[in-house]
Amino acid sequence: MISKFQKYLFFALLLVCVGMAAFLIRLRNRAQDQLAAQAVGAPAEMAETAASAQRTVTLYVPNDLDDSLTAVDKSLSLPEDRNAQARVILAALVEAYRAPDSTHPMNVASGIDDVYFLPVPQGKDARGDAGQVAVVDLSGALAAAQPSGIEPETLTLLSIMATLHANLPAVMQVHFLVDGQQRETLAGHADLTRTYLAGEETKVQGAGSRVEGR
Amino acid sequence: MRWIEVASALAFAVIAAEAQQAPPPVQQLPQGPAVPALPAPVGPPGVQPPRFLVVIDAAHGGSDIGARIESGVPEKDVTLGLAGRLRSTLRARGVDVVMTRTADVNPATVNRAETANHAQASACLTIHATATGSGVHLFTSSLTAAANDRFPPWATAQAAYVTQSMKLESEIDTALAHAAIPVTLGKASVAPMDAVACPEVAVELAPLVGGHVTSAKALTDVSYQKTVVDAVAAALEQWRSDWKP
Repeated sequence: MISKFQKYLFFALLLVCVGMAAFLIRLRNRAQDQLAAQAVGAPAEMAETAASAQRTVTLYVPNDLDDSLTAVDKSLSLPEDRNAQARVILAALVEAYRAPDSTHPMNVASGIDDVYFLPVPQGKDARGDAGQVAVVDLSGALAAAQPSGIEPETLTLLSIMATLHANLPAVMQVHFLVDGQQRETLAGHADLTRTYLAGEETKVQGAGSRVEGR
Repeated sequence: MRWIEVASALAFAVIAAEAQQAPPPVQQLPQGPAVPALPAPVGPPGVQPPRFLVVIDAAHGGSDIGARIESGVPEKDVTLGLAGRLRSTLRARGVDVVMTRTADVNPATVNRAETANHAQASACLTIHATATGSGVHLFTSSLTAAANDRFPPWATAQAAYVTQSMKLESEIDTALAHAAIPVTLGKASVAPMDAVACPEVAVELAPLVGGHVTSAKALTDVSYQKTVVDAVAAALEQWRSDWKP
């Protein structure tokens, strides 16, 4: 014989179980929505960008004929997040490569997969902020579309480094990956195993001036 | 038993005398893995002057074809052809030349650097070609110049030669300018340049784009290549006259 108290307890526990199940299902749906938004990525970023303020950025566009970088100002809507800012700025640079009258032609739709920032490694006795290392994850499509040669490959790297350093001055060093992996060269020549000094390797003297790759 | 003591003393005396005359025993060193021989030390000036020698590295080769040049010609063939012409021209001018490759093979970058370092060359050239740009692109290492170290790190051996490399680059730039070939100068990080312990310049040949003073020429144009090779050889001859070992 089941007592009345036990019946009430059973139904109360059943009610709690149903409530918890409903709560978990709701949590799962919310997590799925978040994952879906991250997977879409670009549209979400575009929406974020559209909501952000306009800012003038400087792109350093390479010229294959005279081995120079030309400063080009462009107004872009930049998101608040620095990683997203770097992606938007470099996406605009790759768009300049793709332009019909490009001086550094490259037929690539999507060039930058991601940009991460790390503090520059310092010794124990070092004082002050040494800036950041930008880890630029290039797409395999960009590496495949990159014309092979010391000059064109070096110009691509220099233009990315100069553009990052000009718009995000804390970036002092740049390391390149391709499809998230370390790679020996960009397209058979420029070394991607080392970390480049962004501030020193690109001394820019002004719009339209020659930038020595020194 | 007296005679036994006398015989023992005589035997010891004979053994001691032989030991004094015999050469000391030779200690056999264990045989380790084959180690490349170190370069011979350079003698003092006046005794045996070091010879002026140029190392030419034809980039790529074998399965590494490099860039695709006009009409699908692989870069590895252009670099080997150019390196061969430069070697012939330099030898005709009395300059000793060592090549890192003379056939369609791809020596490892470490072996290319080792060839240059063991030769103790006075100048090292890495030959490249590209379909992009115009004229000749000259590159030196992007390493920061450093003082000459007796035992420099292999990966940055070029650091001690950066200043000399830029002087050599300047000589080649001047010679190419005299030949009306457009030149661009730059710094680059390209294997095996950073590991080479001699004045090193990467010479990258591009097609000649027509301009005010130049007419368009394909990269594979023989007369264009000859003009470039003659100019580089003249620069190396000038480098030899300025060279101080």
